[in-house]
Amino acid sequence: MGRTLFEKVWDSHVVTHDEGRPDLLYVDLHLVHEVTSPQAFEGLRLAGRKVRRPDLTVATMDHNVATGDDTPADPLSQQQLDALATNCAEFDVPLHATGSGREGIVHVIGPELGLTQPGKTIVCGDSHTSTHGAFGALAFGIGTSEVEHVLATQTLSQRKPRTLRIHFEGERAPGVTAKDLVLVAIGEIGVDGGVGHVIEYAGPAIEALSMEGRMTVCNMSIEAGARAGMIAPDETTFAYLRERGVEIDERWRDLPSDPDAVFDREVVIDVATVKPQVTWGTNPGMVASIDDVVPEPADEAAERALAYMALTPGTPIREITVDRVFIGSCTNSRIEDLRAAAAVVQGRHVHPSVRAMVVPGSACVKVQAEAEGLDQVFTAAGFEWRRAGCSMCLGMNPDVLAPGERCASTSNRNFEGRQGAGGRTHLVSPEVAAATALEGHFAVPA
Amino acid sequence: MKAFRSVTSTAVVLDRADVDTDQIIPKQFLKRIERSGFGEFLFFDWRKAPDFELNHQRGKILIAGRNFGCGSSREHAPWALEDYGFEAIVAPSYGDIFRQNSLKIGLLPVELPPEQVRDLMDRARAGEELTVDLEVRTAGGHPFELDDFSRKCLLEGMDEIALTLRDEAAIAAYESAHA
Ligand code: SF4
Repeated sequence: MGRTLFEKVWDSHVVTHDEGRPDLLYVDLHLVHEVTSPQAFEGLRLAGRKVRRPDLTVATMDHNVATGDDTPADPLSQQQLDALATNCAEFDVPLHATGSGREGIVHVIGPELGLTQPGKTIVCGDSHTSTHGAFGALAFGIGTSEVEHVLATQTLSQRKPRTLRIHFEGERAPGVTAKDLVLVAIGEIGVDGGVGHVIEYAGPAIEALSMEGRMTVCNMSIEAGARAGMIAPDETTFAYLRERGVEIDERWRDLPSDPDAVFDREVVIDVATVKPQVTWGTNPGMVASIDDVVPEPADEAAERALAYMALTPGTPIREITVDRVFIGSCTNSRIEDLRAAAAVVQGRHVHPSVRAMVVPGSACVKVQAEAEGLDQVFTAAGFEWRRAGCSMCLGMNPDVLAPGERCASTSNRNFEGRQGAGGRTHLVSPEVAAATALEGHFAVPA
Repeated sequence: MKAFRSVTSTAVVLDRADVDTDQIIPKQFLKRIERSGFGEFLFFDWRKAPDFELNHQRGKILIAGRNFGCGSSREHAPWALEDYGFEAIVAPSYGDIFRQNSLKIGLLPVELPPEQVRDLMDRARAGEELTVDLEVRTAGGHPFELDDFSRKCLLEGMDEIALTLRDEAAIAAYESAHA
């Protein structure tokens, strides 16, 4: 019987396979950031252990970074950033520190530096590690105890998940983005629809996406409960890698799922009917088309969500006004996202009642955007143009919503308080975020 | 890791689905570089509401709705629950990373079918003390499943890194075969 992409990557990384124990998997790339690693390094220190493969480990600073040019990180944030620098120096782990020119959100820099490659196993103490699956890698988030385990052993003990294929049939209508596809998928299967599974995204609409679009899709796998999402590597993947100086390994061509491979579950999504999406609730599965109205609550959770979001059922989504717009995060802060948003705002101005900001995902994205003059387009339109970091995706840094503020955000989580206590988040694509900034209410590009 | 055998206690009922790790421990508390001291910030925002479930129930067992602990990979969430005094959680399902993180620190995530979770919620609300026993794998009398390896790790409070390092030869062999 044929094997799936996931099974091929899994099988080739099994170090030990014993009855009555989870498989021990070898880890090819371990990404590290400041929030989930200090206790892991401390654990190594206490046990007198070292990092087994510093050459397969890469660290960056992202969550706590203050993105205003002159804003310092607050003292606690600084302490965490300093701890990372000290730990990396002590354990010989390469670090892309703030100001190095190669720093950025961990899931943006991995692909950008050419480190993310097909067939690899990639882990990071961050749930959006699923992003890297866009290259046909098996990439998933882990907790701090597991971070320590990988640092010490370069392996992870894992029970094999089940497989779910989401097949996107048909073609996207103009104005429909990768973000809309993944939001529709989450709305369809639910925020726990992928629990215990690795998702493979397939079908013509996925093949038609750029690498950056594929990353947006895989990034949000965890919002459907799946630890990992994967897309088969193809010529689009190889072209992206070649541009970053990566030599193509011919074995990567054998990675795509075999035609007779069997998935534990299959879901089909008709792409032709998909419209731009806007979330209305407090998890990413509470989502509607921009042409819809705020739905009647179907259960107590939806009722609580509507109360938190201060929304009334029946209100057209387009009539909801926003106070803030955030374009950034590991979901949508790459160069194509910024180009798409800039094209919408070019020559126009942000609505007077809206404060809008753009935060590039990495220092490299920032440099590239500035070389293309995108920063000028944004600032002329009234957007704030900031330094790379996670920024208002989670507000662990000075970028936060005030209580009650409503935000159109290109990030991945609309949980209560995610962008600041009492803040109200609506997840959208960069295009919708840009158009919304101009109009002051949810809108699509004119 | 802390060993877990069994716990007998009143239980706290949090009858909500999809409770995410951002609620369990909001981001402003992730800046500590220690593993301890997170308990006082557990459900920080929700606890501001006087009628929030945790404000008037006590116990070492938490009974929650489905997909408990979805969202981020922050191990600070199980750390906070454990530091607050919980030793076991009972729910119909969990976020994958949260479940794994809990197992790694000796906080037992028990999974039971929704109707049995409902039964335990009713009994807990009536003030009954419940027993979660890992040795025989039952919670309030309902048998639950947990693989033998995870059970053994929890019962013995195993240092999993030390266990893996016993496979050094296999890891080295893998590395030389794939160099
Ligand atoms: S941008 Fe947001 S989701 Fe992505 S790594 Fe940073 S905090 Fe996490």
